[in-house]
Amino acid sequence: MLSDDLRDLYQQVILDHSRNPRNNGELPPPCLHAHGDNPSCGDEIDVWVRVSDKGDIEDLKFTGQGCAISQASASMMTQKIKGKSKDEAAAVREDFRRVVMGDGVPANEDALGELILLEGVQKFPQRVKCAMLAWRALEQALEGK
Amino acid sequence: MDWHRIRSDFPILDQQVNGHPLVYLDSAASSQKPRPVIQTLAHYYERDNANVHRALHELSNRATEAFEAVRGKAARFIGAASEDEIIFTRGTTEGINLVANTWGTANLRPGDVILVTGMEHHSNLIPWQMLAQRTGATLKYIPVLDDGTLDDEAIEALLNEQVKLFAFVHISNSLGTINPAKELIAKAKAVGAVTLLDGAQSAGHMPIQVQDLGCDFFVFSGHKMCGPTGIGVLYGRMALLETMPPWHGGGEMILSVTMEGSTYKAPPHRFEAGTPNIAGVIGLGAAIDYLQAIGLEHIQRHDHNLANYAVQRMSEVPGIRILGPQNGHRGALAAFHLDFAHPHDLVEFANSHGVAMRGGHHCTQPLMKRFKVPGTTRASFYFYNTLEEINRLVEVLLLARKFFT
Repeated sequence: MLSDDLRDLYQQVILDHSRNPRNNGELPPPCLHAHGDNPSCGDEIDVWVRVSDKGDIEDLKFTGQGCAISQASASMMTQKIKGKSKDEAAAVREDFRRVVMGDGVPANEDALGELILLEGVQKFPQRVKCAMLAWRALEQALEGK
Repeated sequence: MDWHRIRSDFPILDQQVNGHPLVYLDSAASSQKPRPVIQTLAHYYERDNANVHRALHELSNRATEAFEAVRGKAARFIGAASEDEIIFTRGTTEGINLVANTWGTANLRPGDVILVTGMEHHSNLIPWQMLAQRTGATLKYIPVLDDGTLDDEAIEALLNEQVKLFAFVHISNSLGTINPAKELIAKAKAVGAVTLLDGAQSAGHMPIQVQDLGCDFFVFSGHKMCGPTGIGVLYGRMALLETMPPWHGGGEMILSVTMEGSTYKAPPHRFEAGTPNIAGVIGLGAAIDYLQAIGLEHIQRHDHNLANYAVQRMSEVPGIRILGPQNGHRGALAAFHLDFAHPHDLVEFANSHGVAMRGGHHCTQPLMKRFKVPGTTRASFYFYNTLEEINRLVEVLLLARKFFT
């Protein structure tokens, strides 16, 4: 018997994203790039972002290796963020962070869409850093750090 | 041996985790503790607790007597010539750092070589990197072959007169490789190198005779061999210990002190500044007694049976790649990579089935790079584990395959 928590953590959509990551690859320059890793577990994500003069995220891609959660989160992030402005992207990131942290505030489901499926992470505090890895890299890329 | 009765000495193993009987397969990280060790710790705190040495009252006398008795036990446990060659540390890591910071700093010069292997735990790598940086010495390593053993040709080429120190792991925590310690130490001695053997995974798993092995230093941790955390032993050959400067300064390690300067005690107390981990040492003594009552030869044979059964059964899982020697000669662990699940996902899955394992780089990042895996999952065993638990592990691996593919 599998626990419900574990089934929630590894839903089919999440496993599908981890096995068949969307927007996987590199963008040619000029673009913004950041590398993120979790030294304690070895997960790695590279994010490439092309931002228009108006500040819209025209395209983004990622490469990486790691657990199903970190890779699925990255894949779902690229789908969600493409076409958004930098400010909108920051707002989604904050909504997503709250969901995986489980801070008790009702999730903004409309804004998050499919990302809400990663809600199960909140029962596994050690995996929050997996879910957030790609998002930290995206933030760093956009801030040019 | 009645291993099932021995297993019942470990109260922690008799519990459910996530609705399943606990299957503890993480003893290479930290072993569980038998009742006699737990009772010894409780008795010490309930009856004898006081600071050791110096005081003349009854409790301090009892604590000192129990504390110092363990030095002799530890010396006999590893076949040291004298109990004065036993230095209590916080663990293997601190023992290695002590050697690097005392013997190493005093003896290494630019151009000297520190030799390690490609399968060292970070604790037997970083202190030498830091020492090389401080002294201008060069750090070199013996590469690991595909089968998880050391490259003999590289040993011949690298182990020359430039090598001042050869530090290597007895049993690899990531591969399970049992290195031919005696043979390697003899080769190192032939070129005049000092040797340090990292016994973190071998002490408590096999009989150790440091005089027969011939090593200058041997380090191990208590908590991986049924003892408490925060206590370990550095064995050093007295001829070397006597020449070594102190590392930490403070109480307990001095003969006389003036504002202008101080003189230091002889080993081992020269290297034990401050109030020691008294309960830890006494608990370590109880662990040594416990292991010796079972017999290290019996434990070694049981380890061997568990490891080989595990490798044989786990090989049945499609998509598995087990690292390390496949010839039946390995320590009590099997680290593996699965083509259908990342180590962290697998460890999470196994945990939900009551199986405790460790996933990641196991503090051997260069080795993970060498075998081109981001990390592995490691099942590690001790004498309280059973063949039934290995069957359960295989069952869970097959369930994971269904779940993740």
